[in-house]
Amino acid sequence: MSDKLLEVKGLTACVDEEEKEILHGVDLTINAGETHVIMGPNGAGKSTLGSTLMGDPRYKITGGSIEFQGEDITKLSTDKIAKMGMFLSFQNPIEVPGITLANFIKTAIENKTGERLRFWDFKKQLSETMKILNMDESYADRDLNVGFSGGEKKKAEILQLLMLKPSFAILDETDSGLDVDAVRTVSQGIEEYKKTVGGALMIITHSTRILEALDVDATHVLVDGKIVANGDASYIDEINENGFEKFLK
Amino acid sequence: MKEKTRVEDIDRSLYDFRFEEKDAFKVEEGLTPDIVRQISKEKNDPEWMTEFRLKSLEKYNEIPVPDWGPSIEGLDMNNIVTYVRPKDNKMVKDWEEVPTDIRDTFQKLGIPQAERESLAGVGAQFDSELVYHNVKDEVAAQGVIYTDLESALHGEYADMIKEHFMKLVPPTDHKFAALHGAVWSGGSFVYVPPGVSVEIPLQSYFRLNAPGAGQFEHTLIIVDEGAYLHFIEGCSAPKYNVANLHAGCVELFVGKNATLRYSTIENWSKNMYNLNTKRARVEEGGKVEWISGSFGSHVSYLYPMSVLQGEGARCEFTSVTFAGHGQNLDTGTKVVHNAPNTSSYINTRSISKDGGISTFRSAVVVNKNAKGSKSAASCESLMVDNISRSDTIPAMDIRTDDADIGHEAKIGRISDETVFYLMSRGMSEEDARALIVRGFADNVGKELPLEYAVEMNNLIGLEMKGSIG
Repeated sequence: MSDKLLEVKGLTACVDEEEKEILHGVDLTINAGETHVIMGPNGAGKSTLGSTLMGDPRYKITGGSIEFQGEDITKLSTDKIAKMGMFLSFQNPIEVPGITLANFIKTAIENKTGERLRFWDFKKQLSETMKILNMDESYADRDLNVGFSGGEKKKAEILQLLMLKPSFAILDETDSGLDVDAVRTVSQGIEEYKKTVGGALMIITHSTRILEALDVDATHVLVDGKIVANGDASYIDEINENGFEKFLK
Repeated sequence: MKEKTRVEDIDRSLYDFRFEEKDAFKVEEGLTPDIVRQISKEKNDPEWMTEFRLKSLEKYNEIPVPDWGPSIEGLDMNNIVTYVRPKDNKMVKDWEEVPTDIRDTFQKLGIPQAERESLAGVGAQFDSELVYHNVKDEVAAQGVIYTDLESALHGEYADMIKEHFMKLVPPTDHKFAALHGAVWSGGSFVYVPPGVSVEIPLQSYFRLNAPGAGQFEHTLIIVDEGAYLHFIEGCSAPKYNVANLHAGCVELFVGKNATLRYSTIENWSKNMYNLNTKRARVEEGGKVEWISGSFGSHVSYLYPMSVLQGEGARCEFTSVTFAGHGQNLDTGTKVVHNAPNTSSYINTRSISKDGGISTFRSAVVVNKNAKGSKSAASCESLMVDNISRSDTIPAMDIRTDDADIGHEAKIGRISDETVFYLMSRGMSEEDARALIVRGFADNVGKELPLEYAVEMNNLIGLEMKGSIG
């Protein structure tokens, strides 16, 4: 079942304004429906990799290529990449006054499908999904992430994931800063995504808690802007025990 | 940033229509005692008013041009026509009787429709005179007076006008207040009797059509004890290549335990010098709420002032200023706490893009007698690009220890990360930027009646259009 979804070849990227290279040639292939885990020490470039795949204008791609669903997206703008079916759950979701969470999600779905949603259908689907995530429904009518706690912000990201149903989602430290209960809820949301949408995942994480209920297909260790090791799920436990030392030279 | 954003000038076709007015009566350009006398005669002023005008003209000639704000060099009073009476002018109560082309203008601006749907009364001024004034019967039945100032000068309320006219903003205040005193024309008089609550807003709309002309309307509102009123003011003008001048004056008297909400959406064309003076006096337990959106004009000097005169008087000032290409908008507010336990709350946003300059000035004065008073100010600026400018200039003069004063200022740019976040959900860069700006201006948007909030959002959308992604 090697239905290639994402293929990254020799990707190099730097911070646009500083010209300082952060990714030094990343190679990565993810097939449809697979779950990949990216691990690595702080400052290795994990978040940069996630953002760069999503077309973040703050990073400049200086070499290599990104293919998504058979199309070269190396130069594509973020909104177009999103419309093709890529999703990034932010490590620090941004507060945006002026649009409610519900309207934001509705607009995003309509942007993607090009069709107007029937209000009541949307409302129903939204409230059912919020239930899975133990989110109080009042959050739907609050301005996007404004005044949300860290946990609610992360849940709101997973809510968007479940509503937008992308074919590929990057989860950037979705479990960081959450208490045990919130991690469990978020994990349930991710399981739900695997079950109902069946999309591929690239999970950037420091811990294993969020991975416990998932079947991980591959693990990649990113050190200093390069993938230095690839392995299967067993890698996760090994790194948890011994740290990254053996990858650092 | 990978891509630079270019923001084009607003599509003003909605506001820029105009018609030739060959039949209008105009005075000569410039300003002399003869011209002032002529205006006074045309307007059939009572004698005291003629005197008032001539004295104001003297003051105007004595007081120097302000030397601290944006340049008004492009404004040459010798070229400004101070009085333009629309043709066939008489003020009517039925839109059908308004001359067709003038009626068309207001129809395009949506005024008659808004009146039918959501207003208790409307006044419409075209150049120097009101062409339409009407108030719903049920509001009139409550004893509410809403009329043009000229009629009020001769009618039952003549003494009340004389007692209040330019008492809050005397002609000696500054050069353009003096000018206003000399050549004022048009505007509205509102009186709300004690205890009367006007549930739906009244609106005056000021339209300046004649090129090279000035508009000097005077708005005088008296809200008596325990009464409530929401008054909305709208302004626009088509664009000409010559300078136009707006030097209106607004005087608001808020009685004991009364509340007045005064909302303005100003969208003058970008050849306008907007030198407007607005002031409110609030008695014991009363409250004034200013909601102000400034989008148009070439240069603005606009600092609505609240004098909290009675114990427990309150003021809330909420504004958004949007300065685009070629605009230098100097706005702000002043509050004088002149009684114990008074409070003021200032919440402003200014936006600048495409080389526009937006300056916010605030002045909070707490007098010695204003013990137990509170003032909080929050001023935020947003620069859409790297060539625009935004300044915040707060001033405070606190003369008692027993006061609680806070000021918070923030200046920022549209964060690339926020744009990226919104785009990562499929939103175009242009939409993302417009959304961020709209959200930024939400302090005012939330306070406006729905249809005005929609209009304001459309204005922001138009201003942001052409942001190339």
